[in-house]
Amino acid sequence: MRQYGVFIKKEFKHIIRDKRSLLILFALPIAQILIFGFALTNEIKNTKIAILDLSQDEASHQLRDQLIASQYFELNGDVHDVADVESALLSDQIKLAVIIPENFQNDLSHGNEAQVQLIADATDPNTATTLSVYASAVIRDFQGDINGAYNLPYTITPEVRMLYNPQLKGAYLFVPGVMGMILLLISAMMTSIAIVREKEINTMEIILASPLKPIVLILSKAVPYITISLVNVTTILLISIFILGLPVAGNIFLLFAVCFLFITTAIALGLMISNITDSQQTAMFISLMGLMLPTLILSGFMFPIENMPVPMQVLSNIVPTKWFFIIVKDVMIKGLGFASIWREVLILTGMTLFFLFVSYKKFKTRLA
Amino acid sequence: MHKEGQIVISASELTKTFGDFTAVDHISFEVKKGEIFGFLGANGAGKTTAMKMLIGILSPTSGNASVAGYDIYTQTEHVKQNIGYMSQRFSLYEDIPVIENIRFFGGIYGVGAKELKAKSAALLDKLELTSSAKTLVRDLPLGWKQKLAFSISILHDPQVVFLDEPTGGVDPITRRKFWELIYEAADRGVTVFVTTHYMDEAEYCDRISIMVDGRIAAMDKPAILKEQFQSPTIDAIFTQLARGAKRTAD
Repeated sequence: MRQYGVFIKKEFKHIIRDKRSLLILFALPIAQILIFGFALTNEIKNTKIAILDLSQDEASHQLRDQLIASQYFELNGDVHDVADVESALLSDQIKLAVIIPENFQNDLSHGNEAQVQLIADATDPNTATTLSVYASAVIRDFQGDINGAYNLPYTITPEVRMLYNPQLKGAYLFVPGVMGMILLLISAMMTSIAIVREKEINTMEIILASPLKPIVLILSKAVPYITISLVNVTTILLISIFILGLPVAGNIFLLFAVCFLFITTAIALGLMISNITDSQQTAMFISLMGLMLPTLILSGFMFPIENMPVPMQVLSNIVPTKWFFIIVKDVMIKGLGFASIWREVLILTGMTLFFLFVSYKKFKTRLA
Repeated sequence: MHKEGQIVISASELTKTFGDFTAVDHISFEVKKGEIFGFLGANGAGKTTAMKMLIGILSPTSGNASVAGYDIYTQTEHVKQNIGYMSQRFSLYEDIPVIENIRFFGGIYGVGAKELKAKSAALLDKLELTSSAKTLVRDLPLGWKQKLAFSISILHDPQVVFLDEPTGGVDPITRRKFWELIYEAADRGVTVFVTTHYMDEAEYCDRISIMVDGRIAAMDKPAILKEQFQSPTIDAIFTQLARGAKRTAD
């Protein structure tokens, strides 16, 4: 017991002494969540657009007002002809142009087809698509209003409800994603580095030659990073609740319990990494390439797994973050209980035990 | 507890192979309690490998050995409780203070809290480091680091201490001071097993063995060896023996 005590104390001393790492450990999660929250948002808000109204009648003015009234778009000055629109697009002043042709009201009220042209800057295809969809929606609303006025007999109105995330906030997706990334990075990478450092500075030999049991070494290395990771979970949740306005729908204790499980998974991975390498740099490289990349690509956080080719879908099953991501989304956003996530929890537990078993076995043979 | 002349380390036909390479080739020797046993050899002669087998962090391919009365195959845990070890590369934690290093290593060797407090005070006093207790180890001169590492390795009063090239990289005067600490420990009955390639240090040992290509080429008291080889210095004997070596230093 005393051995655990002195060892854990020493580990904390290392961490506290290294101010730069300390800063990374605690500031990284905050920076990540804020960057994802504010800078990398793919929501459309106050996008600059231009409206070229060649009709200048009541209907065209109504449509124009409706577009501007939506919080999605903001008018960027006046345009008088197509050349103005083009130069505004080229100089990046606007991302979308709406062109209302001549005789708009006339076409509408006389039963002819009225047309509105949307020109989007598709250098960023995702944004362009989203913008045109939003603008189309506003135009459809406008059409609905007019149809209502004319009382057409046949209309189908889809009533769309966005469940669990009614405001379509990006935060619902990236908070669980960033959480998985941070926990993996800190727990796996830092643990592996902490152990490999002992090899690099040769103190590992002294420890192995001492009566200290390997399990004490492993647990003592893990405890500080478990603590730090739990602090980070708390920070991320506080930011997401109070700054990003994303409440936790499910049980907060269940959420912490699954985070704890995932931290253990990550630490087990870190132990495995520390077993196969002798230098801190290699450990860091393996953690980044071997853990971070699959997490970004195959966890479902950045790219939907359902849309991937089948081999990639199969491969994604061995990425622990995928399961953690599902669990956190279920608990945090959908508010589901343990009954709905037990399968994923079981998979993560299995993975953790497997990693721990492998690293313990390998560690023992190194001793002999 | 220990009677005079008690054998503390004994190795018989101890061998370690890595694939085709025989690092340690059937070596046999005995070391008595309180003896300073010098383990000499060129780089790559197998000194460190032999030592690692004795302290239980490398398992032998064949042969037998016991340390402090315990078998190195079956009683590794007991062996570890009764030895101290100072590794080749200087190894304390550079980023934490002197006193914390003492507490840590004392702690993992199971020295009780109260005892540890008294011992670390005495240790600091002896090394004249009391005022530098809070200094980071990295800020100490190399010679002091080595003395500190040695003192820490015997803090838990082991029966045997294994020193793997403990004085690498320091001048002869600093080495001499280091050896005063070794003598002091030996006087208290600690058996010292030390590898070195400094031939002046060989003269300080009670008994030496010279390893060439994984085998022990000569072993006795320095004076007897000099007589036997009709050579004025250990250095000359070593050169004579090492000339026959097939292995090149790594």
